[in-house]
Amino acid sequence: MIRLDALTKVYHTSHGDVASVSNVTLEVPEGATCVLLGPSGCGKTTTLRMINRLVTPTSGRITIAGRDTGSVDAVALRRTIGYVIQQIGLFPNMTVAQNIGVVPRLLGWDAARTRKRAEELLAMLALDPGEFLDRYPSELSGGQAQRVGVARALAADPPVLLMDEPFGAVDPVNREVIQDEFLRMQKALRKTVLFVSHDIDEAVKMADCIAIFRAGKLEQFAPPDELLGRPANDFVRGFVGSDRTLKRLRRIAVSEVMGAPNGAGAGPTVSTTDDLRRVATLFLEHGVDALPCVDESGRIVGTVTRAAVATRLGAR
Amino acid sequence: MLRTLSISMVPQRSLVPYVVLGAIALSIVWGLVASGMWNDMLRYRKDVVYLTKQHLVLVGVSGSLAIVSGVALGIWLSRPWMRRYAEATIQVVNMGTAIPTLGKLALIMTVLGIGALSAIVGLWIATLLPIIRNTYVGIRAVPHHLVDAAQGMGMSPTTILRRVELPNAMFVIFAGVRTAMAINVGTAPIAFLIGGGGLGELIFTGIDLQEFGMMLAGAIPTALLAVAVDFVFGQAQYWLVPRGVNPLRAS
Amino acid sequence: METLHFIMGNLPMIGERTIEHLSIVSVAVGVAILTGVPIGIAITRNQSAADTVLYLGSIVMTIPSIALFGVLIPLLSKIGHGIGYLPAVIAAMLYAQLPIVRNTYTAIRNIDPALRSAAMGMGMSTLQRLWRVEIPLAMPVIIAGVRISVVVNIGVTAIAAYIGAGGLGTFISRGISQTDVRQLLTGALALALLAIVADTALLWLQRRLAPKGPAVRP
Repeated sequence: MIRLDALTKVYHTSHGDVASVSNVTLEVPEGATCVLLGPSGCGKTTTLRMINRLVTPTSGRITIAGRDTGSVDAVALRRTIGYVIQQIGLFPNMTVAQNIGVVPRLLGWDAARTRKRAEELLAMLALDPGEFLDRYPSELSGGQAQRVGVARALAADPPVLLMDEPFGAVDPVNREVIQDEFLRMQKALRKTVLFVSHDIDEAVKMADCIAIFRAGKLEQFAPPDELLGRPANDFVRGFVGSDRTLKRLRRIAVSEVMGAPNGAGAGPTVSTTDDLRRVATLFLEHGVDALPCVDESGRIVGTVTRAAVATRLGAR
Repeated sequence: MLRTLSISMVPQRSLVPYVVLGAIALSIVWGLVASGMWNDMLRYRKDVVYLTKQHLVLVGVSGSLAIVSGVALGIWLSRPWMRRYAEATIQVVNMGTAIPTLGKLALIMTVLGIGALSAIVGLWIATLLPIIRNTYVGIRAVPHHLVDAAQGMGMSPTTILRRVELPNAMFVIFAGVRTAMAINVGTAPIAFLIGGGGLGELIFTGIDLQEFGMMLAGAIPTALLAVAVDFVFGQAQYWLVPRGVNPLRAS
Repeated sequence: METLHFIMGNLPMIGERTIEHLSIVSVAVGVAILTGVPIGIAITRNQSAADTVLYLGSIVMTIPSIALFGVLIPLLSKIGHGIGYLPAVIAAMLYAQLPIVRNTYTAIRNIDPALRSAAMGMGMSTLQRLWRVEIPLAMPVIIAGVRISVVVNIGVTAIAAYIGAGGLGTFISRGISQTDVRQLLTGALALALLAIVADTALLWLQRRLAPKGPAVRP
């Protein structure tokens, strides 16, 4: 759906030419969340901003749904792409409703349709429209503002969403909550999302695929499990952390490694939708090597064993 | 950032300043009547009415010219392509605002001679400079990430100016307009000296003739007019700048 | 041109007028600092007093200087000093007050409370705290207020030429009444130069004294 082909950005500085982004090629399938990950200065934000042409590429091509973005008027292009920034950037002179309505208005929607859409979006993000529509950004808490920012990006129902460290301005406790909400929302909306982050844990949690950058080059592009299980080089290995195996556990569900029920009946159970981190914790806490798995109704449907987990981790 | 509205947070507008002002005003009126000055002043009733109208025309024309051209020039200076020249130009504008208005009027006079034109041009320039500066500073002070978000959403540069930059600079621009209009009304009496008419006629002639009644007949309406104009612009600033960007109205 | 000749030929007189001008401004601003800074500090204790003082002060600032002269002259003539030096200095003092009071008030109010507690905790008396901590921190903003006062006063004093106070405004008033462009230009240029030099010098002082670090809450 979004394809980057040999994308390069070179800046001409007084110290010579600096390649901020070097020959990046990747493809993000429709409906997937791709996280651009890396240390600061690695080119991930520049890459993101080339997609909506806030930065002009020096060479290379970007296509969205087959169309070359270079061939379209930049302003028109941006109205079809949702954009969320770290500082949120709600316009203080406009109410929440007006903020959300910016792109719809630019696209010529009428007032009634725009307002209805704003109500829908606020409701979807767990903000009571009656209370929030006519508030000003200065009257919102950090978490509320962040959600309105996301609503604003989704207002015209763009197929693509670009997010530049969108949860960075929120405190760590609320960040977890907002990340979960976003994942739930993505399940329903299935937007194609490109998400910049410097936090490996956030990337592992949110991404369908991760593009890890260093000094402008794409070091590895893979789903989280593969990135953690088979890092392409020392840099990636160092970046994902020495506890990468433990990180992997979060992204693997019990249902993936569950075997037939074998009567390991006593003790705690895990549900088929739990992740392996919970399984590992229970293994360690109770000193067992196998746990029964139950479905939503509480019926035992299988067993998860330490051996099965090890096999799964080793296989990739 | 969360603020729930509670009684303790509603600004308690103390009435004391107004009471004190009222007391002072009353004592001034009493003093005038008691000393007989009031009667002297009344002799110039007709002149006051006529000259006030002249004064208002002077203020109105030069003021509106200054507001329109000042804001336009301020916007122009704030544009990205003007960046190189903007700082230097603003320094010159700053220096210009420091120059006493009498000096500025005198300079205009050397070029344009005596007359209403000189007066209006002189007043226009004196009023213009603070407006240019505040417009420029106000627009440049709009946080860059707001402009970035607006660009990223697909707003054209004109729309960004209209819907993001100007509204967020509005409060500062209004402050500049208010200051400038105070300067304007304050300078208008002096415009009499270069042929502009207005209430200054009564004041300066009164000083020359040492006629206190005449002086006061000119001075007091001038002072009242200045306070009234400032009040009007203060109210305009309070009501016209939207709540979200108006610290005076923040809830 | 002729104006240059005029200036060259009249340097002593220009010098005299400049000194007259400066003496009015410096006396007025000097007194305003001595009264304004304490008042500014005092009103930080009482919101009502602060509101009143700042409100009345801003009204005074709005009144055109010539109008203020028009009111002061009848008043002061009762004590025989209707025109000349005294009304000029009094008016200048009134105009110099508000910027200094307001800036002192704002600066002291905005000092990070943590610094105040630290000073108190170290055992400083109120006076010591003011003298050693708060005023030094507030200095750049106070100087900014002094700067405004000086610039305004240079303008007020220029107009005071019309009430017999002397100063550089006399060149302009004579230039107009005698239709003498040379005097007009001399007066205008001298005033402009004086104002720009004073403004720039005080701006430099203000920047020099700015604390290196977030001591005053922005």
